[in-house]
Amino acid sequence: MPNRPANAVLRTLRERIARIERSGAADRPSRTIPPGIPAIDQALPGGGLATGALHEVAGAGSDTEHAAAATLFIAGLLARLPGTVLWVVAQTDLFAPGLAGAGLPPDRVVFAEAGKDVLPAMEEGLHHPGLAAVVGEISGRLTLVASRRLQLAAEQTGMLAVALRRSRRFDDPALREPTAAVTRWRVTALPSPPALPHAPATPGLGRARWRLELLRCRGGETGSWIVEACDEAGCLGEDVVADVWRRSA
Amino acid sequence: MPMRRIIALFLPTWPIERLRRFGLDATPLVTATHDGRRRVIAAVDPAAAALGLHAGMALAQAQARVPGLTIHDATPGADADALHRLAAWCLRYAPLTAADPTDGIWIDITGSAHLQGGETAVLRDLRHHLPLRVAVADTPGAAYAVARYGADDLTVVPAGATQTALAGLPLEALRLPPETIRGLRLLGFDTIGRLAATPRAPLVRRFGPLLATRLDQAFGSVFEPIVPVVPPDLPRARLAFAEPLLTAESFSAVIVRLAATLCAELEKAGRGARRLDLLFERVDGSVQALRIGTARATRDIRHLARMLDERLERVDPGLGVEAMTLVAPLSDPLAYAQAPLTETGAPAPDIAPLVDRLTNRLGPGRVYRIAPVESDVPERSARRVPALAPPVRTAWPADLPRPVRLLDPPQPVEAMALLPDHPPVAFTWRRVRHRVRRADGPERIAGEWWKRDGELRSVRDYFRVEDEDGHRYWLFRRGDGDDPVTGDMRWFLHGFF
Repeated sequence: MPNRPANAVLRTLRERIARIERSGAADRPSRTIPPGIPAIDQALPGGGLATGALHEVAGAGSDTEHAAAATLFIAGLLARLPGTVLWVVAQTDLFAPGLAGAGLPPDRVVFAEAGKDVLPAMEEGLHHPGLAAVVGEISGRLTLVASRRLQLAAEQTGMLAVALRRSRRFDDPALREPTAAVTRWRVTALPSPPALPHAPATPGLGRARWRLELLRCRGGETGSWIVEACDEAGCLGEDVVADVWRRSA
Repeated sequence: MPMRRIIALFLPTWPIERLRRFGLDATPLVTATHDGRRRVIAAVDPAAAALGLHAGMALAQAQARVPGLTIHDATPGADADALHRLAAWCLRYAPLTAADPTDGIWIDITGSAHLQGGETAVLRDLRHHLPLRVAVADTPGAAYAVARYGADDLTVVPAGATQTALAGLPLEALRLPPETIRGLRLLGFDTIGRLAATPRAPLVRRFGPLLATRLDQAFGSVFEPIVPVVPPDLPRARLAFAEPLLTAESFSAVIVRLAATLCAELEKAGRGARRLDLLFERVDGSVQALRIGTARATRDIRHLARMLDERLERVDPGLGVEAMTLVAPLSDPLAYAQAPLTETGAPAPDIAPLVDRLTNRLGPGRVYRIAPVESDVPERSARRVPALAPPVRTAWPADLPRPVRLLDPPQPVEAMALLPDHPPVAFTWRRVRHRVRRADGPERIAGEWWKRDGELRSVRDYFRVEDEDGHRYWLFRRGDGDDPVTGDMRWFLHGFF
């Protein structure tokens, strides 16, 4: 009983601070998209990935170049957000049936082949309030200045901006440089368990396993979780969720 | 000097062409005129030319040579009017066109080629509509010369290559009077290249300043303006200024006012603009133009003004701009939209302005959606559709997993597998060996024999494999493992999950 007024007061205070931080850019309630796993939702401020902000996702290891797992993770998140998505690509290797398999049907995605102009095209999309989200595939460096511009544009219209980082080098230091993104994720593929747990020798593929690492989170905690890949509805699976390490940001 | 690109059209049989468009199908056909003493031929069509007739020949002689000849009176006034109308028709390619009597047209395509897919595409489209010779170059003089006297019917002179393109052309290409050309020939000059290489002063003393002017115009040292043709019935808005304007901010302000006037005029006509031309009249008399296009007819002042602002840096104001005109050469009917009285939920957001802006920035064909195609072959199962097309609402089969990245073309890998339908135990790609821990498949995809004959018997066996690190790949083997007709049994990597 006595906790409730205190919680309400804290909530209003937090909202006021958030509004001041946004400097009144958009007076709309910011939604969050929860990844769907309670342990991850708790680590994120607001219970999910905030709209009106820039998020970064990258692959790891040999998937750094093609970022297949990272792409599926993004597709799964966007599958649960209604509206049209603008996907800005630099090269044409994105295969739409794969996105549809993660819950993002082709009617909802508008592709833009931007070549070298991925960042300006992303900004153009972020200035247009009719979209739900803008995803941009960025190869190589993303400077602090450029990411700050994207973050400000996303704040203005309250849209979700995702930077999918790719690089030809496995351990590219450019991917570790600081940016203005609110969260930074790394999706690594892990060996998956047998398709039929009771008959492990049967050939076949079950759901893939990913290690989802939250490397940087503004106002939340970093962490690392092992999850099952998204299904056709875009929902992650919770099979073995292990907090490998936790550290306050 | 701003970089210009000018197209010159040469219609050698324009009078004949005009008559053909009026429905005169007879062949062979000549037009006849009176030169003061007798009737002579003015223009011949290709069939008559093949029979040996040419312009200037006596009409009686021609009739004796070719009994079934159709003769029409030459009407140079109607020809010139029709040429002007043709120049106005050419406004679909660029904002500035001009007729070059008696048988040529100039199109200033600086900065507008991107909306049609490039200069070569525009030239091909022009030749598709009319029998003509066409060339694009940096100056009107150079384009004129190459179109009339160049080797091919369609020539693109790259920017800066004017010297080499003009070097071998005859002197007639310079638009000089016949006595000057006779005199130059007597002196031993036969090509423009040799003429340009000699010192100017003695030639000018002998033949007059026009020689130097034409050479300078052809090579670009002197600006040759094109007087644009103005079709009277397009929606337009014009503003002239008391003082010439120079700054981008002033241009932006004028753009907004012009757009407001033009959209009001379009609204009265119930139309929306699909293409806009913004013409800048400079103090020195030349005209520069910008062109933008939209995917859907629109009367949104802010959207149009914003797209014009984005292209402002291409305009060189020179010493000042004294008037600006906004024309809508292409417009579609646009009905009024009824705004709802109450906000019963947000309407579906319109992404047409965004598609316009991205298309103008990135180029045509770069903004699209994907629609499923009923085809088993993966690289053919998705096609591009325009971004504003209505939703397709079909889907790929839900039980066939597909990768999210597809390699084009599939990359060969070395793999070892037990035939005929076991997945590989290991494969090597880019010199890295991957051991396969788990796999699923085969998914057999047969060739589409109705598309290509070579696919009559060919099959691909696709496997989804997961290596020791957990990465998933989409491999296929060409052939079913039994019959060599179905494929050469090589393995390929097609995508990543």
